[in-house]
Amino acid sequence: MKECNPILSVKHLKKYYQISRSATLKAVDDVSFDIYPGETLGMVGESGCGKTTCGRTCVGLYGKTDGDVLYNGADVHTLQGSERFRFKREVQMVFQDPYGSLDPRMTVADIIGEGIDIHHLAKNKKERQEKIYHYLEQVGLNQEHASRFIHEFSGGQRQRISIARALVVEPKFIVLDEPISALDVSIQAQIVNLLVDLQKRMGLTYLFVAHDLSMVKHISDRVAVLYLGTLVELTSSAKLYDNPMHPYTQALLSAIPIPDPNVERERESQKIKLQCEVPSPINTKPGCRFQGRCQYAMPVCREKMPGLVDTGDSHFVACHLCSGEKKV
Amino acid sequence: MESEKRQIDTSVLRVEDLRVSYHTYAGEVQAVRGVSFHVDKGEALAIVGESGCGKSVTAKSVMGLIKPPQGEVKKGSAIYFQEENILNYNKQQWQQYKGGKCSIIFQDALAALNPTMRIGKQIMENLQIHKRMSKKQAAAEAVEMLRRVGIPEPEKRARQYPFELSGGMRQRVMIAIAFACDPPLLICDEPTTALDVTIQGQILDIIKDLQKEKNTSVVMITHDLGVVANIAQRIAVMYCGMIVETGLAEDIFYRPKHPYTWALIRSVPRLDLENKQELATIPGTPPDLLSPPKGCPFSTRCTFCMPVCLERMPEQTPFEEGHTAACWLHHPIAPETPVPVLKGGAAHEGM
Repeated sequence: MKECNPILSVKHLKKYYQISRSATLKAVDDVSFDIYPGETLGMVGESGCGKTTCGRTCVGLYGKTDGDVLYNGADVHTLQGSERFRFKREVQMVFQDPYGSLDPRMTVADIIGEGIDIHHLAKNKKERQEKIYHYLEQVGLNQEHASRFIHEFSGGQRQRISIARALVVEPKFIVLDEPISALDVSIQAQIVNLLVDLQKRMGLTYLFVAHDLSMVKHISDRVAVLYLGTLVELTSSAKLYDNPMHPYTQALLSAIPIPDPNVERERESQKIKLQCEVPSPINTKPGCRFQGRCQYAMPVCREKMPGLVDTGDSHFVACHLCSGEKKV
Repeated sequence: MESEKRQIDTSVLRVEDLRVSYHTYAGEVQAVRGVSFHVDKGEALAIVGESGCGKSVTAKSVMGLIKPPQGEVKKGSAIYFQEENILNYNKQQWQQYKGGKCSIIFQDALAALNPTMRIGKQIMENLQIHKRMSKKQAAAEAVEMLRRVGIPEPEKRARQYPFELSGGMRQRVMIAIAFACDPPLLICDEPTTALDVTIQGQILDIIKDLQKEKNTSVVMITHDLGVVANIAQRIAVMYCGMIVETGLAEDIFYRPKHPYTWALIRSVPRLDLENKQELATIPGTPPDLLSPPKGCPFSTRCTFCMPVCLERMPEQTPFEEGHTAACWLHHPIAPETPVPVLKGGAAHEGM
């Protein structure tokens, strides 16, 4: 997979918000990663870590402060004319809230058909209609649903409509921003299975943003862990669980309860318990963002922000412990 | 402890045939339809289920928070707290009960706390009323409680308002209020759903520690099976206003008897297992509580649905150690019961 060129390449992306004259919120601070065609990159972190901002900046919904987002080699934020038009078709997004992201005054057919109209994907009305029906069936709904309004649907069905809307323009890359966190457990599994199935059939690439690490690990090939706007670890999902290297990832993994009482009881004694809470991302101090809560914090952590280092086998970690400063 | 489990006199709370309805414009919503369970002393019972299955309404009825005229606890329901039916309480008894004998922790701490009152005072209120402490004593105790739940600089925090605290801190304050009067019974209604995982772990630890220290009985309402596995000794699985299965945590997780429990456990991905395996799904959506189905509520989504399931409500079938499940598959005269499939432990495969 690594031989081909990345479909999306994020380089030193920064997104700052000037809150007042003296206060800057660093929502995304120097984040770099690549996404390869056909893979799913999961992005996890606690609330306020900048994962949604990062996802939205990647598709050009937000402007950037610094850095580059390259889609097939072209800078997303400076695309013009037909290039930009094509980018807007090939990159789609599914939002978290299925209640807020669909227009209540449009029928399902209009919501899905809007993309077809804008991008002139249908020659005539009949083809448009057929396309809408086709994609409704693709996401597990049927033709009868086309003439209905959004308020007639449950959360899970609405999320399916969101997915159909994204799919109808035949995208290559979809940013899924917490697509399942507003849904019930049994419905979550339905949507995740649908996403995996669609990816297999249509060769899609996903950026899957979520806070639920078990679900992210389940769906992703590689996982990026964010903490307070910085990327702390990036590796394949199997390795992330077997061999987490960043102290934050280790703590995050041990904080997630596993639905199995015996396993939970065994883990109880080995759990790494983080003290205190996530500090504010406004006017952060220099040095590692995690050092205040880190049990291995060293003097160097307070002075210098660790860079993302490849520890071998494409396992990227941003921690002074792993970059050869000192081993514990 | 094991042998005492079945004895009724050890139970702090015993709910019998609880039925709660809400009267809305659309009609009568039967939120809880005949729920029975008991909680022993010092034990944690988890009530699991999807949203809209009536788990929060059950919690609210135990706390006496169902408000007429919209809400109605039906005749024939009984909630015994230390062998007294709380539904027959008078006003004075209710006052002693709420906060003094039974406390509740809500999901949304910001909405549950009084935004115009300092945190310290909200804890003191409880202590002054139920423990008849003087203002000074109560203030000292409130600070001590805040320290106990892991709030740094409790003296300073006690003088702050809820909006000045983060979500995790607010939930800690809720716990401090709930435990202030050492109630024998604590109800936690999705206490960690709105929190991040690392904070969730901290909050669960505090609840577990305090429960052990004060020998409190806990009713944990949640939809997160991970949380359940972490905290509960016994589990009741709710679906569509009814308890479909109840038993020890091990029985529910390793030997589930009801198709719903079985599907629910298999539909959550696990951190410690391979990824991208197909998750078990439950097709369809839960039935409408405005007109609940005549037969088994799960019948429309169940893979093992038989004709009888659509017609008649299944009885609770008892198994060993208080494990019961309401499913026709376990009826002795069920003719073509695919019990081997169930017992063969599809759940074991997943383990």
